Amino acid sequence: MSTLTLPRTTLAPGIVPELPDAERKPLTKKDTAADHPTWCPGCGDFSVLALYYKIIEKRKIWHEKICTIAGIGCSSRFPYFVQAHGAHFIHGRALAFASGVSLSRPDLHVFVFGGDGDAFSIGGNHFNHTARKNVKLTYVVMDNHVYGLTKKQTSPTSPIGFKSKTDVWGSTDRPINPMKQAIAAGATFVARSTATNIPHLLKVMEAAMDHNGFSFIECLSECIEFYPGAFDGANPRKGGSFPEVPAEHDVTDEYAAYKLADAEGPGVFGIFYQVQRPTKNANEAKLITEHRSKVEGLADWQILKKSFDRMK
Amino acid sequence: MSDPTVAPEPSPAPTTPRVSKVSEAVIRIAGNSQDGIQAIGGFLARLAGRSEQEVMTFMTIPATISGGPSIFQVRIGSGEVLSAGDDADVLLCFYDHSYANHISSLKRGGIVLYDSDHVKPNEELLGSYHHVGVPISSLTVEAIGGTGRDKGKNIYALGLLARMFDLNVPKLTKLIEERFGGKDPTIVQNALACFNSGYGHQVQGLWETFQFQPGENAGHPQVVMSGNEALAYGLLAAGVRFGAGYPITPWSDIMELLRRELPKYGGTFVQTEDEIAAISMAIGASYGGRVAVTGSSGPGISLKTEALGWASMAEMPVVIIDVQRGGPSTGMPTNVEQSDLNIAINGGHGDSPRVVLAPASVEDCFYTAIEAVNIARKYSTPVILLTDQGIASRIEAFPTPDLEKVCQNLTPDFTPVMDHKPYDLATADGITRHIAPGTRVASGKYPVVTGLEHDELGHPTGSGKVHTQMNAKRRNKLKKLAEELPVPQVYGASEGHVLLVSWGSSKGPLEEAVKQARKHGEALSALHLKHLNPLPNGLEKIFSGFTHVVVVELNDEGLYGYGQLAAVLRARYCDPRIRSVTKTDGLTWKVKEILQRVLTLTK
Repeated sequence: MSTLTLPRTTLAPGIVPELPDAERKPLTKKDTAADHPTWCPGCGDFSVLALYYKIIEKRKIWHEKICTIAGIGCSSRFPYFVQAHGAHFIHGRALAFASGVSLSRPDLHVFVFGGDGDAFSIGGNHFNHTARKNVKLTYVVMDNHVYGLTKKQTSPTSPIGFKSKTDVWGSTDRPINPMKQAIAAGATFVARSTATNIPHLLKVMEAAMDHNGFSFIECLSECIEFYPGAFDGANPRKGGSFPEVPAEHDVTDEYAAYKLADAEGPGVFGIFYQVQRPTKNANEAKLITEHRSKVEGLADWQILKKSFDRMK
Repeated sequence: MSDPTVAPEPSPAPTTPRVSKVSEAVIRIAGNSQDGIQAIGGFLARLAGRSEQEVMTFMTIPATISGGPSIFQVRIGSGEVLSAGDDADVLLCFYDHSYANHISSLKRGGIVLYDSDHVKPNEELLGSYHHVGVPISSLTVEAIGGTGRDKGKNIYALGLLARMFDLNVPKLTKLIEERFGGKDPTIVQNALACFNSGYGHQVQGLWETFQFQPGENAGHPQVVMSGNEALAYGLLAAGVRFGAGYPITPWSDIMELLRRELPKYGGTFVQTEDEIAAISMAIGASYGGRVAVTGSSGPGISLKTEALGWASMAEMPVVIIDVQRGGPSTGMPTNVEQSDLNIAINGGHGDSPRVVLAPASVEDCFYTAIEAVNIARKYSTPVILLTDQGIASRIEAFPTPDLEKVCQNLTPDFTPVMDHKPYDLATADGITRHIAPGTRVASGKYPVVTGLEHDELGHPTGSGKVHTQMNAKRRNKLKKLAEELPVPQVYGASEGHVLLVSWGSSKGPLEEAVKQARKHGEALSALHLKHLNPLPNGLEKIFSGFTHVVVVELNDEGLYGYGQLAAVLRARYCDPRIRSVTKTDGLTWKVKEILQRVLTLTK
């Protein structure tokens, strides 16, 4: 059986020095920052990016093991700003792409970043199915309640009455409730935070990363240009409040979580729902183990030969 | 079976049928799809494969859920079999509608074997065809103990055919045991009872039985399978270990097989929520370091084109199978057509070069799948493999591949690199090479992959100059591939009056047409194109040896009078000799149809 390898296009060919894990240092922001973000000054997305750098450093994630994936939108520019392997895919399909990475490469930390249009409108179906399949990855949606990249059209999370270029008299369609959507679809980690409460967002992002399964965070992230002040109500410094998930809330209680998602005003923040259910990754790995045990000791071509022998 | 121009005159039946030696036979079985007529055809095909004969089948299946009229045609030959045959030597029919609709497909003087419980022959046709009636339904009921159900009449009929063609009974018995042997022993017992009863039935009025001459493939063990099976096994042999898809006829067989088989090889196949997720997931897995596969038919391919454009832009390898069917839209889901060439070559927005290959036969499906994977990897490009319903469901026997030799190991290479630029504009071969996530880059500068126009590291750029350079890069690597493609061989003389050009499943019928025409003194040759985008170099030299170049394809002639491949060839070579004959009746080409159409066009 032939093993095929391809030549590589490398700038400086040569033997790369070994780097034993023990000698590796955590990556600093300097190591992981890439292109200068193209976001507007004051955009909420900066907080999420800064915290991503911080988590990589704090958790000592090796450089080559980071995999940042996004679809299309302002927030989806994310992978360019991270000095690591990354992919900027098409609109709405980042989760499907990321599932392909996660399922074929269980050794990687797969992080997906996107906006409300990507997650709940054009990619709505992928959101439901990735949640239901419980593919192991972390999905942070920077929800600004408006289409920013295309300059102010109504988004699936825009509130009723929101005036945009496509709803000049105010939006009339009921917005999606991301928490309810995620819980109903079968996500196993569902949390909510804001870009303005850094310690809270960091805590939630770390918990999401540690979750074995599909972890979803809705992070309210203000669009300073097209929907300024959208989340003042959730910011105590702007006269709002930041109600956290009550300490007595049972995160494994689906109905209680659903009820939390009904809260008025800025809503509540924290982990709404978290349960352990076998991941798609684990289910597939189990299938493989079972099937491999039946063909133990056989090379791939011999397994194929067994099939062909039955077709004679 | 015999020369089609000489019809034997019906004569009074002697008491003992005479035995004729034949080198080939075309048997058409007509009934309803729920009667298991595909099973009879399958048994005959597999028997031929085990008897070192060539075999080719053709079937129609209703697009309705609960079944309906359906046929299965088997052509078995001791020598080369290029098509499923124009006219049948023997027609087996179960119902009046099967008789009425298919009697015209029988050669004059051919045998129509009918279930006299259901079929009332047309008196006017008694002199034209040799009618043999057997109460198949009631005899089947009798054979399995009179339950009042005629399930098993297909196997009873197989017994009749086995007697008529003096088929190898031990081999057939073994095939029946393999097929029906399972937990419930009564199933195989009933099947064998039906078969033996049919085989032992003293058929009244049959004055001729047949014996096949020994096959020419002696000593070469064969495997028998459908094109869809061969393609799926080809992908496994190629080393593909991840796939994603959404069910659609006739692609579903491939995904079902991959889902079943991949775990044995440590791989995964995911049934996704839709066609878009399927290609996106496959591209994601390819990015993970190992070429992945997705596929679909007609409408599903349309849905995949945006992501296909991304793969072209990001230069990410991925293999996309398109089992073509009648279109547009839902079209004719269970019929053959070759009308997806345009979308395969050009589908999508912007300039998005990709590779398009089309296998010609069941055997070719196996090897083309491997070639598609290797081209995708080597040139870092999406590859569309265009097969069609004509091969997908057809069963053929072919020499068992040397699996130890052809199977490949594509384990990704994660060796660290000093520095890496995937879209390096200065490389000698101009081909992009990706490093998969998990590969450490010592310089700390990591590449990104994107659908935005990008610089050499993959970072976005709005520079018109870079866009021009990158467009050229994506285009030129396929030109390089064209240089490496083998120039196809002409079937027949390299000079003459007409060169027939085929692609996909039409290769066999075209070559048979050439064979027949040359017997009658026509200077016809055939050329089969497997690589459709890019085309191999040097075709113009081949065309120059002929007065006419006629592309024979299963699609519409379009607004300007040329089929889809003919239009591509005319654009490529600016050669007015290139014309086409096309049809969209949902059936594969018959040899006589090709000859009539082509000879009329080139008179």
